[in-house]
Amino acid sequence: MGDLHTLRRKTVNVVMLTITGLCTLFAAGTLVFILGYLFVHGGSSLTLDFFTKLPTPVGEPGGGMANAIVGSAKLLALAMVVGVPLGFLGGVYLAEFGGSTFSFVIRYVTDLLNGVPSIVIGIFAYTLIVLPQKHFSTLAGGLALGVMMIPIAVRSSEEFLRTIPNSLREGAMALGASKAKSILTVVIPAAKNGIMTGIMLNLARVAGETAPLLFTSFGNRFWSPGWEQPTSALPVMIFTYAISPYEDWHRQAWSAGFVLLTLVLAVNIFARAVLAKKKHVAR
Amino acid sequence: MNTPTAGTNVPPMDAVRPLPDTAHKLSVTDLNFYYGKFQALQNISMEIFANQVTACIGPSGCGKSTFLRTLNRMNETVRNTRVEGQILLDGVNIFEQEVAYVRRRVGMVFQRSNPFPKSIFDNVAYGPRINGMVANRAALHEKVEQSLHRAALWDEVKDKLNQSAYGLSGGQQQRLCIARALAVDPEVLLLDEPCSALDPIATAKIEDLIFQLKSSCTIVIVTHNMQQAARVADYTGFFLLGRLIEFDSTTVIFKNPAKQETEDYITGRFG
Repeated sequence: MGDLHTLRRKTVNVVMLTITGLCTLFAAGTLVFILGYLFVHGGSSLTLDFFTKLPTPVGEPGGGMANAIVGSAKLLALAMVVGVPLGFLGGVYLAEFGGSTFSFVIRYVTDLLNGVPSIVIGIFAYTLIVLPQKHFSTLAGGLALGVMMIPIAVRSSEEFLRTIPNSLREGAMALGASKAKSILTVVIPAAKNGIMTGIMLNLARVAGETAPLLFTSFGNRFWSPGWEQPTSALPVMIFTYAISPYEDWHRQAWSAGFVLLTLVLAVNIFARAVLAKKKHVAR
Repeated sequence: MNTPTAGTNVPPMDAVRPLPDTAHKLSVTDLNFYYGKFQALQNISMEIFANQVTACIGPSGCGKSTFLRTLNRMNETVRNTRVEGQILLDGVNIFEQEVAYVRRRVGMVFQRSNPFPKSIFDNVAYGPRINGMVANRAALHEKVEQSLHRAALWDEVKDKLNQSAYGLSGGQQQRLCIARALAVDPEVLLLDEPCSALDPIATAKIEDLIFQLKSSCTIVIVTHNMQQAARVADYTGFFLLGRLIEFDSTTVIFKNPAKQETEDYITGRFG
């Protein structure tokens, strides 16, 4: 009887271990497969031209995506200008000043905003900037990405500020600091690394967004001279090139995917390294 | 500690009383304090004498920490609290003065050391900096060095002022917090169970420090440790359930308490 019981337990153990193990393997395997496929296809077709040349006219082989790389950088810079101050200060409000009811509403709304499909955010920027101006622009694309950054910037800033123990706030105020001063001089510096990590991961996330750019920054086969003109961006180029009928464009789409992924990965690793080497660790 | 019961081998009460006529640094009158609807302090009246050490003892939850935190209005940072009564600091009600000014004059050291995630130097320099107390960098250095000397920490940290405060031991961190509090030249120093997280050696250092600081500061200390109160305090107040049961010189409280509750607590019958 006892042996039978043990056998049953051992069988269940083996079965469950196998199932959970396979699921883990499948989840991780999917990522490894995508990464590997991208590395093989993208890496092999990557050339120096990709970084330095403009796209060639349709039907003509060669060329690169220099304009899309610069375009993505400009869009992300704009996104940071829009999303970081709003998100960070919102997070400061929620963590340090917010009451219960109003804060609950803000948190709820931010979470809803985070759940809004990115294409809808694109429509928002389209309505706000593209329609009145009657042309696509880098500005509109940057705004769309910036708005996408807000909810996560708010929540991650709030979370990191909340990890700072209250004793530090009290310590500052006991020395005669006002609440605002204690936040500015003690709490925010203490949470700085975490907040920056959150922002970088957030940036890496919107760097791959395509949908909100389709009818805001639109795309451009040439250099975009300022902020008022449509611009090319890596994710949009991937989309355009991947659905095209040309073999050469497919190859370049793979390269673009590879470059984008490498950038995102680099930002991720850098951000986590910053977080890991926190100099002062509060208990 | 050997605690004789009332009446045995103890000088008569009058021999110890009245309390010596040192100046009143803080005068607390009819102090009530509420956390929401819960009344944490009930009609506390107490005199705190200049350049003396006053200890607040009592079981957990008796309101002694709450009392301490009203003396520099720290409790106002807690939401949904209310205070009634008056606390005179050199004859002027602290509730009618600017809160930052009160906290600068009445410094505080907390139960758990709470150095800022900054360098040792920046920790001590924090108070003088935010209060605009020093004119230049040399004066700031002098202030920091002087404060670390006063907290008996200078010799241990003078070679690593730019290192993180978190590299210090628990006892050193607590003395750093004392140095940080001293750097704004407080007239009163509130110590909220400053040794509860420290080992006996670190505790002894802090107690020595309390003796030294007495000459320049008025000290109020909350402690769980009755021996500590007996060692360091000139006056002791016994708190129970939000009331100040008895307040007298430490000798009287420990040798000849007037109230039964005090005696029960001192002799370890509860608490």
